[in-house]
Amino acid sequence: MALRTEELMLNMGPQHPSTHGVLRLVVTLDGENIVDVMPDIGYLHSSVEKMMEYRTYLQNIALVDRGMDYLTAMANEEVWVLAVERLGKVDVPERARYIRTLMLELQRLSSHLIWLGTFGIDLGAFTAFLWCMRERERIMDLFEAATGGRLHHVYFRIGGVFDDLPAEWTDRCETFCDDFESRLPEYDELLTGNPIFLARTQGVGVLPREKAIAMGASGPVARASGVAYDVRKAHPYEVYERIQFDIPVRTEGDCFARYLVRLEEMRQSVRIIRQCLEQLPAGEIRSKVAVTLRLPKGEVYARTESPRGDLGIYLVSEGTDKAYRVKIRAPAFTNLYALTEMMRGWKIADVIAILGSIDIVLSDVDR
Amino acid sequence: MATDPKYVPRSQALPFDKALEVIDALPGGGVILTKVEEVLNWGRAASVWPLTFGLACCAIEMMQAYATRFDMDRMGIIPRATPRQADCIIVAGRATLKIAPIVRRLWEQMPEPKYVISMGSCATCGGPFYYDNYSILKGIDQVIPVDVYVPGCPPRPEALIEGFLKLQDKIKKEPFLRRRIQRAAAAGVEES
Repeated sequence: MALRTEELMLNMGPQHPSTHGVLRLVVTLDGENIVDVMPDIGYLHSSVEKMMEYRTYLQNIALVDRGMDYLTAMANEEVWVLAVERLGKVDVPERARYIRTLMLELQRLSSHLIWLGTFGIDLGAFTAFLWCMRERERIMDLFEAATGGRLHHVYFRIGGVFDDLPAEWTDRCETFCDDFESRLPEYDELLTGNPIFLARTQGVGVLPREKAIAMGASGPVARASGVAYDVRKAHPYEVYERIQFDIPVRTEGDCFARYLVRLEEMRQSVRIIRQCLEQLPAGEIRSKVAVTLRLPKGEVYARTESPRGDLGIYLVSEGTDKAYRVKIRAPAFTNLYALTEMMRGWKIADVIAILGSIDIVLSDVDR
Repeated sequence: MATDPKYVPRSQALPFDKALEVIDALPGGGVILTKVEEVLNWGRAASVWPLTFGLACCAIEMMQAYATRFDMDRMGIIPRATPRQADCIIVAGRATLKIAPIVRRLWEQMPEPKYVISMGSCATCGGPFYYDNYSILKGIDQVIPVDVYVPGCPPRPEALIEGFLKLQDKIKKEPFLRRRIQRAAAAGVEES
């Protein structure tokens, strides 16, 4: 007699220790195999795009910190001030552009460290979490000294940055870079060569190159699938065109490739920080911009490479001191939908590993 | 159950409704009750197990508070992954109207006695999302009762630790046993 089987719908979340926030995944299972995955989002929808229409261009800097991707507050500030500066044709002094690049890369490091730590927890490696948080805490100290905030900085201004770097900050930053580089091999030893880690990530959750492009994946997720695309190289902003760095690309497209890409990106970030510190010019940090800035009538699209991928802002101005419409193109949102493609056909135990490997932040998905 | 001959209603098995009267009438009875309570409360305060539940930015600072440098484990604060094992929920971050019923449900699933820490401005009152906003709940205390409010946007890990210390102070002062006896007595009255 044939055994009668049927598909099972399994709810994962919104409260789950490893959904990285409030995401609900409706997983359809056939035995242990995943037939289909449907992400249910909107649990953290904060209506930021609407709120931005009621605030002046300066006030919005504080809002994008919190309302968009909260792990990378500086990257959000960057894409916002970039859009406003492009439309208003505001000049940014050289020193401010270097400081911005420096801060963006520090932010990338701190974001990738959180990802590495939580990915480690998801796969049962608690030590990785403690080590990553140890390094991240030092970045937080650097941020706090320069900007006054740990997580939300409100540091970038239209036409520059809020304040100059404090005394001896560059020395502290260099010391941190030295220490961090000496500790990166430790992560390699802890995770890259770990047989349990390899078994759970290598060859799991493959996203082919064509699918990555078709689903609009960007950032490390796309680069791990062989798409050599980075906004910092393709459409350089700030001082990235003057700085030497490589874009790590892997062709495997599995969880392990995404891990390796991010690890290599951290090395490249340290390289960028070092170059910025070397080339940091003296001079002004902010050009004169009115507090109640009025932008000319028009529209603009600014894009940057946030730690999660291609982050863009489409801004429409009607000539007043507030934006008429703001649309945020969030990288985590598109990467989340590439997830369905990655998960189909894998086992239920791989859900956590695949979800952890794409590094979603629900604040960026829902906005 | 009622037809089971071995079944004894709770109110008859232990005369809870009389218990407090007896204890208070005894010479030094109240003192003994208070001393037992003190010992129990000391133990409860030193092992507050919060639920791992993060909503937004504050959850990152909460994670940092559990991790290196701050290490809340040394105060007996160990995160639990399920509400059934937790006795404290940290509402870390902004709660939307969509997540609010789920927070309520998680709180309901936790066993008594349970505590709530509202971490950050958003959980306390809506914070920066108060005005011009259609999706954020203006304070989690509209859904669940809050014991400790931790201000900040986001609060530093030290601030969260301070919040926990305040919660421990509160737990230490609670008439835990007296309240429990009263509750059992009330339940017994309903039963009989």
